[in-house]
Amino acid sequence: MITHLDSEIKDLKMSLLEMFGLVKSQLVKSKEALVNFDKDLAREVRVNEKRVNSFELKLDREIENIIALYNPVAVDLRFVIASLKINSNLERIGDIADGIAQFVININNKPESELLRSTRLIEMFDTAIHIVSDVMLSFEEEDTRMARSVFKKDELLDEINLQANEATAQFIKSNPDKVNQSLYTLSTIRKLERVGDQSKNIAEEIIFYIEAKVLKHRRKVDQTDDKSL
Amino acid sequence: MYKLEARDLHLFYGDFHALKGITLGMQTNTVTALIGPSGCGKSTFLRLFNRMNDLIENVKIEGNVLIDNKNIYGKGIAIDDLRKRVGMVFQKPNPFPKTIFENVAYGLRVNGIKHKKFIDERVERSLVQAALWDEVKDKLRKSAFELSGGQQQRLCIARALAIEPSVVLMDEPASALDPISTSKIEELIHDLKKEYTIVIVTHNMQQAGRVSDKTAFFYLGELVEYDDTKTIFTKPKDLRTQNYITGRFG
Repeated sequence: MITHLDSEIKDLKMSLLEMFGLVKSQLVKSKEALVNFDKDLAREVRVNEKRVNSFELKLDREIENIIALYNPVAVDLRFVIASLKINSNLERIGDIADGIAQFVININNKPESELLRSTRLIEMFDTAIHIVSDVMLSFEEEDTRMARSVFKKDELLDEINLQANEATAQFIKSNPDKVNQSLYTLSTIRKLERVGDQSKNIAEEIIFYIEAKVLKHRRKVDQTDDKSL
Repeated sequence: MYKLEARDLHLFYGDFHALKGITLGMQTNTVTALIGPSGCGKSTFLRLFNRMNDLIENVKIEGNVLIDNKNIYGKGIAIDDLRKRVGMVFQKPNPFPKTIFENVAYGLRVNGIKHKKFIDERVERSLVQAALWDEVKDKLRKSAFELSGGQQQRLCIARALAIEPSVVLMDEPASALDPISTSKIEELIHDLKKEYTIVIVTHNMQQAGRVSDKTAFFYLGELVEYDDTKTIFTKPKDLRTQNYITGRFG
């Protein structure tokens, strides 16, 4: 029997997938804006940020109504709780894309390709977008194996983030007149590292609602070595 | 224009002032839940719309009750015609001591309909609408008392629908049923609103949340708050409503 709650949950999932799509598109556009030094595209990202924010509020209201009107239990309750948190994580990824777009607007020159190469910024951006795509797909298909794969991929973001300090310092030494764009680049790397963290949180929520397992605050090795892999 | 409407409605049982100046309009194809503690007047209010309160002695009604913008307490209103347009389902299933088929056909027969094919089709359609057809189609000639409580209640809903009313009043239709039957009735209410305007009295707060578009909270004969169910259950304006729906009343 398909209940009214089932259709509300289906609608909520569709809305959340729409939010996923919107945020991913923001991230892709912020990368394009940075790589091509396209200030118009960066402005578009900034304008779209308002849509992300209002979509977050709309989803919050939907979730509040489902809890208040339908009193979900068991897997339904876990889905609704997970959705509330995923919504918040996605909004933060949207904020990060917006922040990167703001950098593109602020800097005067296209970032040097040597700087982008040595800091591995593009590789990091691509990985971050890839991770967001993976969590979106694992949410859509309720695929916890794919959700778990995110923990491993996030390690690459951490690695790039760690080596970026040294790479940036070396670039500044060789190019003392390009400190400004170097700092912006480093700051972008820090932001992308947080995209990985938010995506990991989303992956944990997906596993929580499907398998009723709490992975939060476990050591990294416990997450990736989970026997259910 | 509202489908159902009360305007400054007062009702007295002798000296007891049971409804105090209720003004409330309900739109077509919506489900309205009437909630409130026992004795608040919600069932009395529900029964106004098919004039069932007329059966009680010493009842005095002031104000207007309208269906399709027409005062149903005005002159020239035939109560039989009114009750064809306004079906009612009660708390306890009350099938007649007849077969399943005859229970549903009853309203048609007392209205003088004799055409067999017409009756057959209408009975089937009503049972389908009441989500009971698949369970009873092979035993239509069996006694209605052989059905479970939940099935009997859906049979009563089918009986109410057979005469094609435009309004269905339900007075705690699931309070005597188990959770599965309750869930079936609730889903049924949700489906029925496409064709009917439904008013339901319920003591079950979650049920009001699940099934209704609008909720009216009654207390001591007053309409305290009437709004979208979403609003009533997430940000009620009146403290009394909040205390009632959160179970802190008293």
